[in-house]
Amino acid sequence: MDVMEKLTILADAAKYDVACTSSGVNRGRRAGRVGTALNYGCCHTFTADGRCVSLLKVLLGNACAYDCAYCVNRRSNDVPRAAFTPQELCRLTMEFYRRNYIEGLFLSSAVLGSPDRTMELMIETLRLLREEHRFNGYIHAKAIPGADPALIRAMGLLADRMSVNIELPSERSLNLLCPDKGRAPILGNMARIRDGIHQSRHDLAVYRHAPRFAPAGQSTQMIVGATPESDLHILRLTQGLYRRYGLKRVFFSAYLPVVSGPNLPVPQTYRPPLLREHRLYQADWLLRFYHFDAEELLDEGSPNFDPDLDPKCCWALNHPQFFPVEAERAEPEMLLRVPGIGPTSMRRILVARRCGPLHFEQLQKLGVVMKLAQYFLLCGGKRPPGLKVKWDALRSRLVAPPAGEWEQLSLFSEGGG
Amino acid sequence: MDGYCYRYDGTFPGFLCCVRDIYQYRESPGLFLLHQDERPSLFDERWVETDLALARRVYRRLGQRLGRRGIEFITLGFLTCLDHRERRLLDVIDLGLNTGPGVERRLDSDQVIQVAKAVRHLQREVDHLRGFVRFSDRGGVLVGTITPKNQVLPLLRRHFCERLAEERFLLYDRTHRQLLIHAPGQEHGGRGRWVIVEAEDFTVPPPDAQERAYQNLWRRFYDTLAIPQRENPRCRQSHMPKRFWGDMTEFQPPEAPGAGGHGPGWKGLALQTLALLILFLLR
Repeated sequence: MDVMEKLTILADAAKYDVACTSSGVNRGRRAGRVGTALNYGCCHTFTADGRCVSLLKVLLGNACAYDCAYCVNRRSNDVPRAAFTPQELCRLTMEFYRRNYIEGLFLSSAVLGSPDRTMELMIETLRLLREEHRFNGYIHAKAIPGADPALIRAMGLLADRMSVNIELPSERSLNLLCPDKGRAPILGNMARIRDGIHQSRHDLAVYRHAPRFAPAGQSTQMIVGATPESDLHILRLTQGLYRRYGLKRVFFSAYLPVVSGPNLPVPQTYRPPLLREHRLYQADWLLRFYHFDAEELLDEGSPNFDPDLDPKCCWALNHPQFFPVEAERAEPEMLLRVPGIGPTSMRRILVARRCGPLHFEQLQKLGVVMKLAQYFLLCGGKRPPGLKVKWDALRSRLVAPPAGEWEQLSLFSEGGG
Repeated sequence: MDGYCYRYDGTFPGFLCCVRDIYQYRESPGLFLLHQDERPSLFDERWVETDLALARRVYRRLGQRLGRRGIEFITLGFLTCLDHRERRLLDVIDLGLNTGPGVERRLDSDQVIQVAKAVRHLQREVDHLRGFVRFSDRGGVLVGTITPKNQVLPLLRRHFCERLAEERFLLYDRTHRQLLIHAPGQEHGGRGRWVIVEAEDFTVPPPDAQERAYQNLWRRFYDTLAIPQRENPRCRQSHMPKRFWGDMTEFQPPEAPGAGGHGPGWKGLALQTLALLILFLLR
């Protein structure tokens, strides 16, 4: 089997893994080594479905010993099997890297025999890449649940980012669909990586040349839609993972029926919940950059997101007591909660309002999405001129905004001023 | 008609010399044109020769008056593709000289907002191109071409010189006809040498068998990654505008071994460039 065939099989087997980020670590040129890493990551291309490709994302091998119901690589599925040798994969990575196709390697694998043996093969590949090929770029490695702690440690010293997939939102679903994996080994790995990172930070503060353990942190992903958990459950879990395990990212992947099974949604009537995945990512952003709590966004009464409106608008509509917000004087935290204002436009408002009074036209130039924000803001104690919408009618306005609304408003104010 | 038409060589030092003249003679320039631009203007003409020593003095003085960030803002503004950027930058400089450092944060001024927007566009294009540049190996030299809107080479230079420190590479900007040449440092692990030169035309020799094999592997990898049930061409296009696709390997059909003709691959390069190139490649 030649490299082309192997690449086709093993990239195809890896493509359902969501994460392909290369962020979190800054590493300049080092003498005698090849490559650098950028803190904010770098996207090298985008697939036809709009996902960023920044790493060479492949499996080391796809002949899996496990039989997870939803997985394309499960033992009982009839697909062509292949495995890279460490040398082949290293050479491919280096040649792709110098042509600026990729930012580094994303190495994952099916369970080849046992978790420990798989991890040993993966570590051998990474060691070859770092030591023989002197690769200084980004490496994301997936830890196999149930592997020996010593192997996790060895892998973390070679990789920049590590990840352990939590796979499904609840332990019940996990036991149902992945009989070979348990919740405990997955969370055990996560805790071990967290402690390794913590220890490494401490050592680095004491001694500059201490070995770096997964300097770009760890991430995880879960499948949404294959099992009946609510959005509230998923969001609480996400928040817990960020707080308890210090994760950099939690990724969601809408379940796609690539294989069929008795405990899975019926493929004929099933549609992948892409919108739900989108809403979860929006909420994930609100948790990480907007200081929201999971319980603020959803509650037991309405445990799922509104398909028509994004979570931030929903929160604003449910909390009329906080609005309207005065753009010239409001606290930064409160500005962040206004729909249409993000961290960047919030910072720009803070800069601009030091120089003088603010106007609505100026806010638009600063990058505020006035189509949304106009209903929730005051400038110098005044509402946008000509805007007459009652709070009760706001929801329908936001769901189906009238065309050209804001342009019309700016004409009004020109006439007035 | 008040104001003058300033003719300069289109470089940043040239612009700084214009700035000095404008303040020296207290003139208001109506228009900036390049030396080689043959269009006549309705304004009186001022021909400005570039004096590097003078430009350096102006740069240092402006740095003192506008602050480090202010002069950086002006420099970046000059690399953008903003219409009448020289006039707008002059307005920003004027504002800065009146109000002192921090002019880049005067978001109440329309001109500052315009320039800041153009600078963001420039920086976004640089971020895009860090990822979208594609090199191909032509006999041990990596060659890439780009077609950007802004002058991005000075800002991309550092990234690629660090990343490919041990490679010889050429990166050609087809829009501004500039060529970045890099060669690794002499002693092991030393810093590489680089230069950006004007180059009117740039053609590359056809790829050899190994290069074609890696291009095909990359195309296959790219095509394999897409998930058909999730197809979303608009999302892809908003992340990666189509104007970049023309220079990216994964959107090109496989190159035939003989395409482009054999023979001197670097034909068309200006003589001076060619000499420099040979100097770099054969060291």
